[in-house]
Amino acid sequence: MSDLLSKFDALAAERAGVLTAGVRDPFAIVMEQVKSPTEAVIDGRDTILLGTYNYMGMTFDPDVIAAGQEALAKFGAGTTGSRVLNGTYQGHKACEEALKDFYGMDHAIVFSTGYLANLGIVSTLAGKGDYIILDADSHASIYDGCYLGNADIVRFKHNSAEDLEKRLRRLPPEAGKLVILEGVYSMLGDIAPLKELVAIAKAHGAMVLVDEAHGMGFFGENGRGVYEAAGVADDVDFVIGTFSKSVGTVGGFCVSNHPKFEILRLVCRPYVFTASLPPAVVACAATSIRKLMHAHDKRARLWDMSRKLHGGLIAQGFRLATATPESAIVSVLMPDQETTVRMWQALLELGVYVNMSRPPATPAGVFLLRCSLCAAHSAEQLEAVLQHFERAAAETGLFRQAAE
Amino acid sequence: MTDRAGIYARIIELIQPLNSKSIVLTENTSFAGDLEMDSLTVMDLVASMEDEWDIVMPLNMLPDLETIGQVADAVMRLVTK
Ligand SMILES: Cc1ncc(COP(=O)(O)O)c(C=O)c1O
Repeated sequence: MSDLLSKFDALAAERAGVLTAGVRDPFAIVMEQVKSPTEAVIDGRDTILLGTYNYMGMTFDPDVIAAGQEALAKFGAGTTGSRVLNGTYQGHKACEEALKDFYGMDHAIVFSTGYLANLGIVSTLAGKGDYIILDADSHASIYDGCYLGNADIVRFKHNSAEDLEKRLRRLPPEAGKLVILEGVYSMLGDIAPLKELVAIAKAHGAMVLVDEAHGMGFFGENGRGVYEAAGVADDVDFVIGTFSKSVGTVGGFCVSNHPKFEILRLVCRPYVFTASLPPAVVACAATSIRKLMHAHDKRARLWDMSRKLHGGLIAQGFRLATATPESAIVSVLMPDQETTVRMWQALLELGVYVNMSRPPATPAGVFLLRCSLCAAHSAEQLEAVLQHFERAAAETGLFRQAAE
Repeated sequence: MTDRAGIYARIIELIQPLNSKSIVLTENTSFAGDLEMDSLTVMDLVASMEDEWDIVMPLNMLPDLETIGQVADAVMRLVTK
């Protein structure tokens, strides 16, 4: 009998190798206490959180917590049902209303996570004989949505208008087409040239879906995302988003002005065949979304923090994934797996948590320490972060190695 | 060159720079097993073949294309379609 788990032996061995070198497992962090959107206790140590996508710091907002507590007490701990059976409470409808108001759109569907929103919408919109044209660096949930469906999948070079155009030109003019883009790409923290890409998609008769997971809350006049800032709202057919970043809880959604949008509730399997979000979660989300409409000060602060971190790290000699701060994600380029893990651990021991990312999650085989900022980070925390980066680089010999 | 032999020869040229262990390439060489290519590398290779022959090779075709010979057959079909 062959052991089905043997196919992972190589990965297990690589991981064991890293761990026996005395390194803490980067993928097994436990938050023992969470004190605020920017501070937790890890391994008994106070740690600045610099890798949680909690961009707007809404996780501990008093109004959000109060709304969640009230819903928990009034409606119970969970719905025990699908959105299409017994799992739609007034809180789910209120949350969809908040999304419609936030985006100024006619329709909103709430899913249990952003992963499920992409899985469901992508696999359902494009069927057999249709084409999906997606950016090569698309999030795993978009790729998985492609594989769940029956459309033909065409991939274009990351953020390349020229490559998108070339690939669209090869497709049959009469076929249904869905172009999938993201506002912010979360690995490198770069943004998409949506004006150019959306114009090309429309010129070839494609519908356009933009995932704004990392853009909601602080891009554009109303915080709707990069597509709003780029001025292409009228040409975007579907926007996908998540509650797990700026909104500060969990959940996913798709919003649209398409007049036939509501039918998707009946045909989208990742909407139908899973339980709906708990009442407390949708109450938190609705309250948070409504507050984000007016969060102009926080937005300005977040951008200020991103510029300072980006500029500070460049000044210290780090190589960053973007030449200028394009989003609230600042990705530090690292030379190899071993240095990345040692640097990551040195930062953790100094009291800074960042995300470590490695291929195949990253494009072009790069190793990254990804930092994401929060509007609630203080000037002192940022100062401490920069000092700790400098010290961690000295301890791991990062710059010495790079100079060789 | 759009005959089977010409397509095969050009595919070998496109793969050669990615053949880091310099193994001997044949019709039966597999991408995942023999060449140890990860999925990203395979997708980039597909993109270069699409551009070479101005064809569309959807990613959902890839599970059926394990060897160089199978890819050459697929390109041949798409080119003559
Ligand atoms: C671009 C993108 N889309 C979708 C998701 C999935 O969101 P969620 O965490 O709600 O499943 C994420 C984040 O994980 C993401 O980065």
